[in-house]
Amino acid sequence: MHPAFQAILTIVIGVGGCIGYFYFSNLFLDKVLFPARGENAGRNINRANMIRPWLFLLPAMIALGLYLTYPVFATLKLSLFDKSGENFVGLGNYAQMMTEAKFWEAMRSNALWLVVVPALSTAFGLLAAQLTDRIWWGNIAKSLIFMPMAISFVGASVIWKLIYDTRPTGQAQIGLLNHIWMQFDGGWGSVLLLRVLPAVLLAGFAALMGWLAWLLIRALMADRAGGFWLRIGRLAGAAISALIGLVAVIWAFGAATANLPYGAPQQWLTIPFWNNFFLMAVLIWIQTGFAMVILSAALRGVPEDTIEAAILDGANAFQIFFKIKVPQIMGTIVVVWTTITIVVLKVFDIVRAMTNGQWGTQVLANYMYDKLFTASDWGVGSASAMVIMLLVTPILVWNVYNARKEMR
Amino acid sequence: MAELKLSNVEKAYGEVKVLRDINLDIKSGELIVFVGPSGCGKSTLLRMVAGLERITGGDFTIDGVRMNDVPPSERGIAMVFQSYALYPHMTVRENMSFALKLAKKPQSEINAAVERAARILQLTPYLERLPKALSGGQRQRVAIGRAIVRDPKVYLFDEPLSNLDAALRVATRIEVAQLKEAMPNSTMIYVTHDQVEAMTLATRIVVLAGGGVAQVGTPLELYERPENEFVAQFIGSPSMNLLPGEIVETGAQTRIKLDNGGEALASIPTKASDKGLKVNLGVRPEDLVPTEGLGLFSGEVEFTEALGEVTLLYFKKVGESAGMVAKFPGIHRDLRHKAVTLTADPSKIHLFSNGRSLLYR
Ligand SMILES: Nc1ncnc2c1ncn2[C@@H]1O[C@H](COP(=O)(O)OP(=O)(O)OP(=O)(O)O)[C@@H](O)[C@H]1O
Ligand SMILES: [Mg+2]
Repeated sequence: MHPAFQAILTIVIGVGGCIGYFYFSNLFLDKVLFPARGENAGRNINRANMIRPWLFLLPAMIALGLYLTYPVFATLKLSLFDKSGENFVGLGNYAQMMTEAKFWEAMRSNALWLVVVPALSTAFGLLAAQLTDRIWWGNIAKSLIFMPMAISFVGASVIWKLIYDTRPTGQAQIGLLNHIWMQFDGGWGSVLLLRVLPAVLLAGFAALMGWLAWLLIRALMADRAGGFWLRIGRLAGAAISALIGLVAVIWAFGAATANLPYGAPQQWLTIPFWNNFFLMAVLIWIQTGFAMVILSAALRGVPEDTIEAAILDGANAFQIFFKIKVPQIMGTIVVVWTTITIVVLKVFDIVRAMTNGQWGTQVLANYMYDKLFTASDWGVGSASAMVIMLLVTPILVWNVYNARKEMR
Repeated sequence: MAELKLSNVEKAYGEVKVLRDINLDIKSGELIVFVGPSGCGKSTLLRMVAGLERITGGDFTIDGVRMNDVPPSERGIAMVFQSYALYPHMTVRENMSFALKLAKKPQSEINAAVERAARILQLTPYLERLPKALSGGQRQRVAIGRAIVRDPKVYLFDEPLSNLDAALRVATRIEVAQLKEAMPNSTMIYVTHDQVEAMTLATRIVVLAGGGVAQVGTPLELYERPENEFVAQFIGSPSMNLLPGEIVETGAQTRIKLDNGGEALASIPTKASDKGLKVNLGVRPEDLVPTEGLGLFSGEVEFTEALGEVTLLYFKKVGESAGMVAKFPGIHRDLRHKAVTLTADPSKIHLFSNGRSLLYR
């Protein structure tokens, strides 16, 4: 059978089946099981109405139970058995995993993804939401930014693979990034754009972090009455900002003094460490649209008169944005952030399609796939799946908690 | 200390002019109240003064400085919104100190200003609370406090009490009056729907109607000497009664023969040439008294409303004229379905020709 025909058939059977199920099950309930006539008509109607919600919930509950709940327990069990799934090994699979360099590489890149992707997607989404709000072509811009959401991860990876594509020296570079790269010849323009600019940006970022740390320390000093946890939080915040600032300074120095291989096309996806960021760009590109749409709706919900009050109080555009609007949509920002975090923890397709975890880009989901389906090691594969679930669960709980709070 | 001057100010949204030819001189220390029917442009005018709406024509000056293009925060004004417009993520203290923080005032000065305002408005116990943990009246006081701490030259209020219940509204109205007394030099503009607020608070009332100013004057001027039928009927509750008629005798006093057969004497001087002029006679319900002789109206009481200190008498409609209302002191339920003849003191009679008062010719 032709695949297109097959697809149409599937849709017809699926949708028809759903409609049929709901129609006939309700019919059965109302006409056969508890008919609304005879001497018990009133009681029968009440009974039927008590059962009806379950009729609607049943398919979803069976599907979720079959495809979600059962696999969780099955995976847990498998993770405690050996390669073939026959002999009980206790926590042996976990122990073995801990000794594998690839596992720790995956943990490290996942951590990197976890920090960078949600932060940048949310930040870009917020920026896009605010900037597109007041211009006449804002809706066109929004549609364009949202478009990547409609592309599958694999499709997006193929597009970005073309952007990162490399051809031997001498041939025309069809990869956008290499094409741009080849324009740099080491002249003053290159120095300005590739050394001075990144170094200045990084130094600026470092200064920002230092300032943040200083603010936190000052708040800590000034407000002695603050609670214990508040003080701990401020201290930790200051330490983290200072650390990030320090890293940024080192990077700024590195960027300023780097010896760049001008004129040679680069295999972007094989450059260690940085290739992680080239992969993350794909997910950021996709998730920015999501963040923008949600945050744009939230920004519209900020009461106009609080903004007008702030204008009268003398706030400029930046202060209105950061001190009035952003705090009021903080709940939504957290929901967006955590939602993207969960997507990131599960990231698989992009890495699979672009590098398959080579050159230091392994992530947990792809590690699991390798173990399960390439090495056919059900034990370690299931153990890594459990690790992913363990990491996702707290963020998921927090996400649902915040989303519910938003809805109230 | 601030004098506001609006000269030929107008506001147009595209083709539609919602306000035109607004001329107002507001002196330092005045409390000006804008009243008018819904949609007449009160809020728009206030927001133009605040700088939240662009002024599309004419000039607006504060202390002689043209303000049309001055940003809101540099006009020296503070505004209290109907919906309070408190910042929901900031405590009461932060709400009140926001403007001063932005102005980079020293922390000690900010604290002093906030605590002083909190004391005046009895908000001290609530300083560390978020707005959502306050009652409506308390929120409104925070909004007022936010204005006070900035020590502005001009205060703007847009229906500040309309979200409060009746008792709280009276209490807060008195607070606003006391606030004004405590700050005799500050100029205030106050928009309201509520006549009592307008009459009790205002040094002068501006009645807006149809995109223009219908009359400006002290509350008593508006009540006693309305310039036109609109103001006459807008101020006072229930509205002034209007009866069509014709001038039959002129001189220092004017005699009017009414279309309903009644007759009245008004202490409004008229010229001999006014004889035969078609006029509308206006008389307030509270100025009507019963009489035995020939009055300006007689009819059957259709319905009464005893409010305690007064009773409202609604008369049966005669022909197509609007129904008459009279307000008698005391309780008079027994007058229902009785025939009553009404008259009024000549000094209480208003005369309008083509909608304009004969007093202002
Ligand atoms: N953006 C706008 N475009 C066109 N017309 C507008 C706009 N904003 C307000 N108007 C019109 O301006 C007029 C004045 O509105 P405004 O809000 O000042 O009335 P108001 O006197 O404050 O009424 P209310 O007593 O109901 O608050 C209204 O008729 C309104 O329809
Ligand atoms: Mg209004």
